[in-house]
Amino acid sequence: MKIQQLSLFLENKPGHLSAICRTLASHQINISTLSLADTQQFGILRMIVREWDKARKVLEEKGFVVNLTEVVATEVEDQPGGMARVLEIIEKSATNIEYMYAFTFRKGNRAILVFRFDNPDAAIKTLTANGINVLDPVELYARETDTRA
Amino acid sequence: MLEFWNDTNNPVHPASAPDFLPAPQLKAVQLHRLHVTVQRAYERVPHFKARMDERSTKPADIRTLEDVQRLPFTVKTDLRDTYPFGLFASPLQDIVRLHASSGTTGKPIVVAYTQADIDVWSSVMVRSFAACGLRRGDIIQNAYGYGLFTGGLGAHYGAEALGATVIPISGGNSDRQIMIMKDFGSTAICCTPSYFLHLIEQAQVMGIDMKSLPLKAGIFGAEPWTEAMRKRIEAESGLKAYDIYGLSEIIGPGVGIECACQAGLHIFEDHFLPEIINPETGKVLPDGEEGELVLTTLSKQAMPMIRYRTRDITLIIPESCACGRTIRRIRRINARSDDMMIIRGVNVFPSQIEVALLSVEGTLPHYQIILTREKNLDQIEVQVEVTREIMSDQVKRLESVRQKISHAIESTIGIRARVTLVEPNTIQRSQGKAKRVTDNRRMT
Repeated sequence: MKIQQLSLFLENKPGHLSAICRTLASHQINISTLSLADTQQFGILRMIVREWDKARKVLEEKGFVVNLTEVVATEVEDQPGGMARVLEIIEKSATNIEYMYAFTFRKGNRAILVFRFDNPDAAIKTLTANGINVLDPVELYARETDTRA
Repeated sequence: MLEFWNDTNNPVHPASAPDFLPAPQLKAVQLHRLHVTVQRAYERVPHFKARMDERSTKPADIRTLEDVQRLPFTVKTDLRDTYPFGLFASPLQDIVRLHASSGTTGKPIVVAYTQADIDVWSSVMVRSFAACGLRRGDIIQNAYGYGLFTGGLGAHYGAEALGATVIPISGGNSDRQIMIMKDFGSTAICCTPSYFLHLIEQAQVMGIDMKSLPLKAGIFGAEPWTEAMRKRIEAESGLKAYDIYGLSEIIGPGVGIECACQAGLHIFEDHFLPEIINPETGKVLPDGEEGELVLTTLSKQAMPMIRYRTRDITLIIPESCACGRTIRRIRRINARSDDMMIIRGVNVFPSQIEVALLSVEGTLPHYQIILTREKNLDQIEVQVEVTREIMSDQVKRLESVRQKISHAIESTIGIRARVTLVEPNTIQRSQGKAKRVTDNRRMT
């Protein structure tokens, strides 16, 4: 049920993000979504990539240090209150969110919420028990393909 | 020299008499004291005995001053290896003071003084102050750090023995330094030259013109500086800036000082025997040739030091000085034969940073040290490559690693470093000996 997320360390300097993107592009690897956390000093680039294993390999070959983390993707209605409902459930379960980000695919009216939990298994249990659709990798990337078709 | 003695504008302080000993007398004093020192070290310090026995050298083999070359060198690691009290030649009941300075790794090096050693130290500091024209009645603001560092207490005792009025303000708190300098009418200040440049700027911010204050002399040391810095200090503050030299292993400040001529530092040769060697071969070089300064203490009791390799690069100036002093001078020191850095007057070795990094898992081996000077204060930045072990998807984890490194460094060297995490493979890999330190401090 969990999705692999790649994290890379970035110095806050011009051109550093594009070097990563160029590496992936040269191997025909598409980034489904990404999020960038930044501090005064440095940034952490987090990416969801279908071919995560290949992406990790090519990036490491280029000398990048790649961290692999399991995140949880849920699907909600892309409308007011869609996210609030999910958050309420998480709040009640006393599960801690380390961070999250959201994205939509080009078609359909559904949004994907990506969560990094301190205890992902407990979170998945709570979410599914409350009727929230937690996507496994196959489902997630199927939606990406659907929108391209 | 006679003219000098008769020049009432430049009265020589009575304490300075040994500075003017005729060469044969000076040599006689040196030889006698060298005998006593070598005998004492051989009899009382197993380390020195073992080193001399290895070379089959006995104290009786030292018949002339040149025979000092038959003695083995002492290096900083000898102090570390005998930590803490292994090189003491006096029992603890005769030792009245301990000081410590940074060693090449985590452990400090410890130095000891008997009461007689403290008296010698005070006397060379008196001669240092006197050489800069200071006398009883002067108000000396001592902004060297008090504590284990020899700078603070060394200058303090010397200033008191001179009969001057000492303000034991210690380092830091620049606003208060300037307020006291102005309100108490300090006529001299002791600190690192870079800190004084910082004080000049701070005074400007506070709307105080240092040139209007009674300040007439600055005794600056504990770090390398340049003629350009001297010119700037003197132009902006109106005082005369004197370079003082010393190191804990020998005694602390007061091994040498500039006189009014400001043309090299007179070594108090009646207490410290200087040699210049080729740092590669250990061969002694003649006066005028550049090499590493080696010092032998001639009167220390608690911790005699035989041919201590200072790692400071200089030369002995062959010409005599216009001031009339017969004790020889060394050129201002601005290079070292090892990788020691001097940061805000504190000695720091890259190996100490490495020890600190070792305590935080996953941070070695790729790091570099960058030294800068901002507002005349030294800043140390340590760049550490992010490795697989420390990489995380969470900001707080990386921040915590950064803080751990910063804390480890501060507790090892006593100075706060700015720690920067950098991308993997961005620190230059070198063939052979890694270049760990980039010094961007402009000594102007």
